[in-house]
Amino acid sequence: MTAQWQAVIGLEVHVQLATQSKIFSGAATAYGAEPNTQVSFVDAALPGTLPVLNRGAVEKALRFGLAVGGSIDRQSVFARKNYFYPDLPKGYQISQYELPIVVGGSLTTALDDGRCLVVALTRAHLEEDAGKSLHDAFQAATGIDLNRAGTPLLEVVSEPCMHSAEEAVAYLKALHQLVRWLGICDGNMQEGSFRCDVNVSVRRHENDPLGTRAEVKNVNSFRFVEKAIAYEIERQIRANEHGEKIVQETRLYDAAAHRTRSMRSKEDALDYRYFPDPDLPPLRLTEADLEAARAALPELPAACHQRFTQALGLSAYDASKLTEERALAEYFEAVQSTLPGHAKLAANWVLGELAARLNDAQLVIGQSRISASALAGLLTRIADHSISGKIAKDVFASMWESGSSADAIIAERGLGQISDDAALSIAIAQVLSQFPEQAAKLRGGDEKIRQFLIGQLMKATQGKANPAQLNTLLRQALTDVK
Amino acid sequence: MHIESSKLDRLAILSRLALSADERFALGADIERVLGMVSALARVDVAGVTPMAHPDDASLRLRPDQVTEADHQAALEAIAPEMRGGLYLVPKVLE
Amino acid sequence: MNALRFADINGWRQALLAAPSAAALTASSQAMARASQAQLNACITLPELASPTHATGAALAGIPYAHKDLFCTRGIRTTAGSKMLSTFVPPYDATVSARLADAGAVLIAKSNMDEFAMGSSNENSAFGAVRNPWDSDRVSGGSSGGSAALVAAGVVPFATGSDTGGSVRQPAAFCGVTGFKPTYGRVSRYGMIAYASSLDQAGVIARHARDCAEVLQQIAGFDPRDATSVERPLDDFRAACDLGVRGLRIGVARELFSAGVRPAVAACVRAALAQLQAAGGVLVDIELPRLPLSIPAYYVIAPAEASSNLARYDGVRYGHRANAASDLAELYSRTRSEGFGTEVKRRILVGTFVLSAGYYDAYYLRAQQVRRLIAEDFARAFANVDVIAGPTTPDVAFKLGENTADPLAMYAADINTVAVNLAGLPAISVPCGLVDQLPVGLQLIGPAWGECKVLAAAAAYQSITDWHQQRPPAPAASGSPR
Repeated sequence: MTAQWQAVIGLEVHVQLATQSKIFSGAATAYGAEPNTQVSFVDAALPGTLPVLNRGAVEKALRFGLAVGGSIDRQSVFARKNYFYPDLPKGYQISQYELPIVVGGSLTTALDDGRCLVVALTRAHLEEDAGKSLHDAFQAATGIDLNRAGTPLLEVVSEPCMHSAEEAVAYLKALHQLVRWLGICDGNMQEGSFRCDVNVSVRRHENDPLGTRAEVKNVNSFRFVEKAIAYEIERQIRANEHGEKIVQETRLYDAAAHRTRSMRSKEDALDYRYFPDPDLPPLRLTEADLEAARAALPELPAACHQRFTQALGLSAYDASKLTEERALAEYFEAVQSTLPGHAKLAANWVLGELAARLNDAQLVIGQSRISASALAGLLTRIADHSISGKIAKDVFASMWESGSSADAIIAERGLGQISDDAALSIAIAQVLSQFPEQAAKLRGGDEKIRQFLIGQLMKATQGKANPAQLNTLLRQALTDVK
Repeated sequence: MHIESSKLDRLAILSRLALSADERFALGADIERVLGMVSALARVDVAGVTPMAHPDDASLRLRPDQVTEADHQAALEAIAPEMRGGLYLVPKVLE
Repeated sequence: MNALRFADINGWRQALLAAPSAAALTASSQAMARASQAQLNACITLPELASPTHATGAALAGIPYAHKDLFCTRGIRTTAGSKMLSTFVPPYDATVSARLADAGAVLIAKSNMDEFAMGSSNENSAFGAVRNPWDSDRVSGGSSGGSAALVAAGVVPFATGSDTGGSVRQPAAFCGVTGFKPTYGRVSRYGMIAYASSLDQAGVIARHARDCAEVLQQIAGFDPRDATSVERPLDDFRAACDLGVRGLRIGVARELFSAGVRPAVAACVRAALAQLQAAGGVLVDIELPRLPLSIPAYYVIAPAEASSNLARYDGVRYGHRANAASDLAELYSRTRSEGFGTEVKRRILVGTFVLSAGYYDAYYLRAQQVRRLIAEDFARAFANVDVIAGPTTPDVAFKLGENTADPLAMYAADINTVAVNLAGLPAISVPCGLVDQLPVGLQLIGPAWGECKVLAAAAAYQSITDWHQQRPPAPAASGSPR
């Protein structure tokens, strides 16, 4: 980006709330149903039908508001946003205008270079989603599916306080992590659960008034957001430098052409004629409502991360990986809480063997065939030296296949680690007499031969020898023997 | 209060009404008279008065987050002017 | 002539108990309705009759009624008096429809009405005007004109209506019957096709207050499908009719007897008040200083809400659809222009204007502020009185076509009724005399949730007078009117 220009970026994210039923009707919200099979008479805007607000949507919005430290309006109002479009059955969208449920708040995240980014939020409000227009379903017609109409959305609006694509994407990723962590959204961008509108403008100096902004709508991947912003910044700078005016307009990101383009202009500058919806009296929240939401708030990712690094001594990297998903963090916690002092061991296994297994089988942590307590059972045997790490991997594999516990498998296959001095000494004596040349070399100071002898000893003990003890006894044996 | 014809056109577009020339003339005049009549509101002292959108004791009641509606596709299709493959049809929209 | 013509609910009840076939007796009401069409044009649809399925325990078992064609009735055409819905058959019942069916009442007609409840004469129906049973050259009043005419002609003992600015009370007054509008939120609006959501309320038209109370008892009460319906235990409305009027403070406001009220009408009403006084009521002078502002306030708020409520009529999901539209814009504008009548278009345009950018504050917001002032006037008055009395309308029924050229004159005549809707209060109109052989209505207004006071006063009045028993002259033997 040219040093003379500052880009100003604001983001509006439509977070689809993971409720069972729609925001104003009892129809289902599951993704992928046959067209118009999850549409109640209210959703189809039949004459005389009326909206009734879903408690679950309010709770999720509250959770979000508290998590970002926003201020929760004790009284918030639903307003009608009036415009005509076939995927908007009532001819208006029920949204919130002057008194949204959440005002302010902020999100803090780390950039790649370690710098801290704090993004202030303007507001977050509840609204209903529209249906879907399918333009390719028919030759001369557009098909409308209203299954999505009425799904609850939380629109999260940031202040225009970001200045680069990097910052924007970092913010979006943090927001994406948070809404999944809170359990209010599944974050599935392919399915449209998390949709970003990007507002970009440029100005020469940071104290200048904001330039005219362009809005790029419905960008549904972080990569596209990055590209769209980059394209827009360049387009706007070039236009400014050529003396062209930037038009306030809505644009779409064309992934194939790697550029943004202007949307076919809507007929008129839209006048939404917002007014309070007379079918919905104001939402009044009590202290009890807020207390309940506060009590139900889980520990937030940032706090969890900090606890992992400070109290449990994990690396920042490990803590970040473990806090990517709440279910993963909870799994890890469950494992390590049975093994105090072995957090690193637990982290290694969760992020190593387990992660690899889940990845291969394309499962999420919640579908793991080895429960947290079962894994803890295995790690306990490593920690108490019953088995070696190497053998543990074998046991892990068997646990995954059979569902049995570590102890059951260890017992069944006699895999317990040999830590008995006498038994180990016998093995050592046998191997040394089997390989007198190598023994002599080692006694003579040739360290390179040690691994060979250790290897033979492992073979002789079916891998069950406690390595540390073996080493100690071997050294002793070598100095003892004449 | 006078309503310019361009303003009337804009109102018609916002309301998605296609008015005939006669209608434009007659309705335009009617609207002007109605707005003239309601201009009495301008003379009222409303300083500090909260707008009344709902009767005062109304407070929004919530419903539990439960699926209570079944598949109504057949009922919706029965009353739909044009539906094909389970989709409502409208003339092709270019975006 | 049918012996049950002009019978009230109890009259029908007795007859049904004695009848060899209850179904046949109920059906005779529909025969009367059919026969009245040429004279009154009060019916839009005469549906197949539901077979009486209820044990005699049901409160209104077998009682025939006419249902304003604004209420959705499953499987039975519901038009709202409009070409837009002339073929619409709802797949569901309005709550009021369902409750009446549960009470055993039998729907014999969907009654004619002003289109989308917009009108005060029932001349705005796509199905032709309704004629007043007292004089077929005159209007029945509106928008519940068909319902009022059918009760006045003795075809049914009761009918439903809706009241947004007087649409139950005014036609009841013009037709010489009793019309009751409950407190806003008392009766569910679910399935009642919306005109102005913060003003609309279902009402009852019957031969007297007691019967209004009976029906109200069945239809009133909280409905989870209507977020504006209030959770409040039902009073015993029938018992209230026995309370009498002794000591009841009756407010008389100069503003309700304004210069626009015809002296002969005012005289009838004052005579009625004198009778109430003689029966023990106490007349108290009160003030409603902002009453004259109720017309401007109403004709901003109602059209504004209507313009939004009627946006759903676009030819996509139900109702009228323009033929062979070449693009979406044409589909919308031709469908709506073909489907809506002139008064509806007028109000949509006014409503769109008062909500539009630059005008919202001066018109809509200000009207809502004036609304509060009007409500406060009533609240102040009700600190000193139990009910407020006055003429329902400034004059008796006018001739067909008399006001159609001048919508403002039509609007102005609503002066005594609209303020009640703005404040959300209960009110009743009862017949109290004849001027030029045409009925005059006495309106009694109660405080919020004061249905019992209103019914007590009305029933007491009807126990000492017999205006409610007056019948319109028999139709001219020479047959059809002009």
